[in-house]
Amino acid sequence: MSAQHVDNPEVTFHPDHSGGTGKIWKIFWVLSLLTIIELALGYFLYAKSGELGYVAVLSTKCAIAILTIAKAYYIVSVFMHLGDEIRNFIMTIVVPLVLFVWFIIAFLSDGNSWKNLRNTSAGSKPNQVEQVQTEGTTHH
Amino acid sequence: MTMGSTTIPAGTKWWSGGKSPFNVNYGKVMMWYFLMSDAFTFGAFLISYGTIRFSVNHWADPNHVFNSFPFAGHANLPLAFVSLMTFILIFSSVTMVLAVHEGHQMNRKGVEKFMIMTIIGGLAFLGCQAWEWTHLLTGEHVALLTDGTLGVIPTTVKMNPWGADLDHGTMMAALQKTSHEGLVAIASTLHHGAETVHHNLNQLTNQELINQISTSGLHATHSGPIAFGGYFFGITGFHGFHVFSGVIINIVMYIKTKLGHFDQRGHYEMIEKAGLYWHFVDLVWVFVFLCFYLV
Repeated sequence: MSAQHVDNPEVTFHPDHSGGTGKIWKIFWVLSLLTIIELALGYFLYAKSGELGYVAVLSTKCAIAILTIAKAYYIVSVFMHLGDEIRNFIMTIVVPLVLFVWFIIAFLSDGNSWKNLRNTSAGSKPNQVEQVQTEGTTHH
Repeated sequence: MTMGSTTIPAGTKWWSGGKSPFNVNYGKVMMWYFLMSDAFTFGAFLISYGTIRFSVNHWADPNHVFNSFPFAGHANLPLAFVSLMTFILIFSSVTMVLAVHEGHQMNRKGVEKFMIMTIIGGLAFLGCQAWEWTHLLTGEHVALLTDGTLGVIPTTVKMNPWGADLDHGTMMAALQKTSHEGLVAIASTLHHGAETVHHNLNQLTNQELINQISTSGLHATHSGPIAFGGYFFGITGFHGFHVFSGVIINIVMYIKTKLGHFDQRGHYEMIEKAGLYWHFVDLVWVFVFLCFYLV
């Protein structure tokens, strides 16, 4: 198709690289915008710290995490050109990463259960429960 | 993940030999699988950090830990410096992908220009990280130590001052137990450590020092979660080491471009592979930024 891949006989179909840099700059602005929204939400958490309820803090943090995953998608798909590869290859990368779903849920819930045990009389430091709980109410 | 822009005729026999079943060169396939394994390494570190953070009642508040900016003195600027670091890395990712683009066009001068810009971006990021680490490791914050006294401590892998705020009663009780040297050190932080002031403070009695400290509105805290420093320096250090090795790889690629190696070879695929590594470094930072600075 084009001269630049002359010695890659195994690569059968070459993606079209003749386009300009418009898409690259578009993704740059998308990433910048997502980052600015993340920072705004982060600043919101800082400015309102102590005033927001547990659910409000958690949902804001989840929103920031979702924006982060969107940024990751654009970096991998466009900057790393994974979106230009064939489907079979994309799947060999993406499918193993699904393990992270289990990985995150299992370990974070384990950490949370550990904290709950710590705060019971069966916990490791029953004599500090009172002090710990007063801290816990102000610092989620 | 959507299908790419490459059009593949239906019924292509990928697995009957003679062509890469994934339509990608061996080197690039292996770079992708290396990066996938590296993603699991970073993922395991970050999830371990999350597990410990979820398991304690109090964790360091990033808006208190990271609120400084070079040459801004003691101004409270949460999120500011890390925003700068993030934009430096995003921008160096753009210059990297532009270098790959120039490589596709077989434009050696263009590749050289954008590789230089990417290398400068990487060095700027490392400089920012060096400043941030130095600032934390040499910081002076008053915190309640395990022996019940107050002390001036930095953020290291062994201790940090990022616990909950101390109430006045606890602070007064701790001050009574603190040695003369300890009290002088605490009072010095009120004057930001000026040498002449330090000498004068030495002349004061313990009670005079305690009076001065307790009326100053001093901000003192419990000592912070012990794991914080290890995770922070460990993970940002591991990421910083990736940035460092990425800069070295990019310098090698720049020299090879300059020497015309890729023109002789007929393609710039090595720039693409270096680019994959560099974008991965940016990708990891997106998650480090999330886990340590934003939430």
